[in-house]
Amino acid sequence: MSKARISPLRSSFVHLALAGYTVVALFPVVLTILNSLKDKNAIFRTPLQPPTAETFSLIGYTTVLKQGDFIGYFQNSLIVTVISIFFALLFGAMAAFALSEYRFRGNTLMGLYLAIGIMIPIRLGTVAILQGMVATGLVNTLTALILVYTAQGLPLAIFILSEFMRTVSDDLKNAGRIDGLSEYAIFFRLVLPLVRPAMATVAVFTMIPIWNDLWFPLILAPGEATKTVTLGSQVFIGQFVTNWNAVLAALSLAIFPVLILYVIFSRQLIRGITAGAVK
Amino acid sequence: MGSLNLKSIRKAFGNHEVLKGIDLEVKDGEFVIFVGPSGCGKSTLLRVIAGLEDATSGSVQIDGQEVITTPPAKRGIAMVFQSYALYPHLTVKDNMGLGLKQMGAPKAEVDAKVAKASNMLSLEPYLARRPAELSGGQRQRVAIGRAIVREPKLFLFDEPLSNLDAALRVNTRLEIARLHRSLKATMIYVTHDQVEAMTLADKIVVLNAGQIEQVGSPMELYNKPANTFVAGFIGSPQMNFIEAGKLGDTEAKTIGIRPEHITLSRESGDWKGKVIHVEHLGADTILYLETEVTGLLTVRLFGEHKYEVDDVVYSTPNKAAMHRFGADDRVLR
Repeated sequence: MSKARISPLRSSFVHLALAGYTVVALFPVVLTILNSLKDKNAIFRTPLQPPTAETFSLIGYTTVLKQGDFIGYFQNSLIVTVISIFFALLFGAMAAFALSEYRFRGNTLMGLYLAIGIMIPIRLGTVAILQGMVATGLVNTLTALILVYTAQGLPLAIFILSEFMRTVSDDLKNAGRIDGLSEYAIFFRLVLPLVRPAMATVAVFTMIPIWNDLWFPLILAPGEATKTVTLGSQVFIGQFVTNWNAVLAALSLAIFPVLILYVIFSRQLIRGITAGAVK
Repeated sequence: MGSLNLKSIRKAFGNHEVLKGIDLEVKDGEFVIFVGPSGCGKSTLLRVIAGLEDATSGSVQIDGQEVITTPPAKRGIAMVFQSYALYPHLTVKDNMGLGLKQMGAPKAEVDAKVAKASNMLSLEPYLARRPAELSGGQRQRVAIGRAIVREPKLFLFDEPLSNLDAALRVNTRLEIARLHRSLKATMIYVTHDQVEAMTLADKIVVLNAGQIEQVGSPMELYNKPANTFVAGFIGSPQMNFIEAGKLGDTEAKTIGIRPEHITLSRESGDWKGKVIHVEHLGADTILYLETEVTGLLTVRLFGEHKYEVDDVVYSTPNKAAMHRFGADDRVLR
């Protein structure tokens, strides 16, 4: 395939803009990581300076790892995030398949109803959710968080996936029906692999708010055993004294798991795009 | 082992009626083609036979058995789609064998049948490839192979050649004709291309606006069209339609004459006219005339002829090949 020729001047402008955006996006992350490796004085005196031999200190990390059960917090966050994404994708894809594949009365209304969640934040229902969790005895369990986050992720998942599923060829599904595949087999074996790029997109969009959420862990599962990383980091932020070393170290550590998940999904995303098309 | 019987099939999407009562009988081993303009309901009819669409009312019998409530996989049919519809994640071999595997056939049997079908279609070199690594023609052959492997009572083809380029279309058409001869299976084929219909079919079903206009062998439809729609649809270039009044026929409303049933002369003839356009095709020469009596007239001459635009010519129809249609557009006998 021959490439259209772009003038070097224009392409350098494009790259300049992209590089600028990259710097803006990475700046706070890099600053956080740099400062997490310095001692307290250096953080305040020279916040933009990389750690030198004098100012280098791992005090933040040692505090974080000593105080509280940080490994446990990480584990909680991972469990909640991964399981929530799994259920949001599974149920979202199933609902999307039903909406895009079958003609039934109220199909459009149902689709709209399920999409309303995109516009109305789930936090408006916090009081009712809390009451529900108290009534079912789920307060201070990871199950409570998983249920809430699954519900939070569903609207977007259904909205995006149903659009993508409409693009899967009807002939392919019909060929499956003639070959004797059940509707479940058609869904899992024919349709899901073809919408994998969309699934990866949804996974990324669902994952980040869950990982970063402070609200629901604080309200539904503030117990020591069920704390998530975001909530766990809050112990270092006090009303009068804040242990900045520890906060920055905790935040730096919290970046990595989510980064790894992102890399996994984005590779799926690229593979999905480059895999052979139907025709 | 593969007859089909349709009785008053109706299908409506909401208030829009797509099929308005279709009755049809297909005998074992026949090659039947549904032909008609887009939107005439031919694909929907095929889908009703396959069980992919539910008919609003009516009955579908395959081999004398009512199948209207039978799921597609249990009807003993196989279908070839326009877009091939191969499973992108399976190899050619698995694509062809999936149907049998789902029915629970033993592996050895599946392998044997796949081998036989791929031999018929010369697909052996590609068995381990995935659909993405095949060309369009090869993909369509795999799709046909997938149908053969199932050894169905009824083959259904939904515009299988539409996505292929012209040269491949002719080859694949030959292949399908050969296949029909060697398998002796009942085949139902949907197309909007009347050349495919004329060349392949034992029996053509002309559909228009959800109704059957005429059923017959290709030559029956060509020589004895039942109405103006069939007369205009079958044959290329299209039949000339002339107002009967202009020719002094008071009984009929329209007179039809095929372009190939008109002779031309520079000296004398029935209708004097002027050439407005000429198409030289080598084997044929197609002239468009503006005649004093009939208005626009298409004439097809065999071989090469040296007519030019603005030449004055006389055209004479072969009276025996004229078709007379009444006020209801049906033929007068």
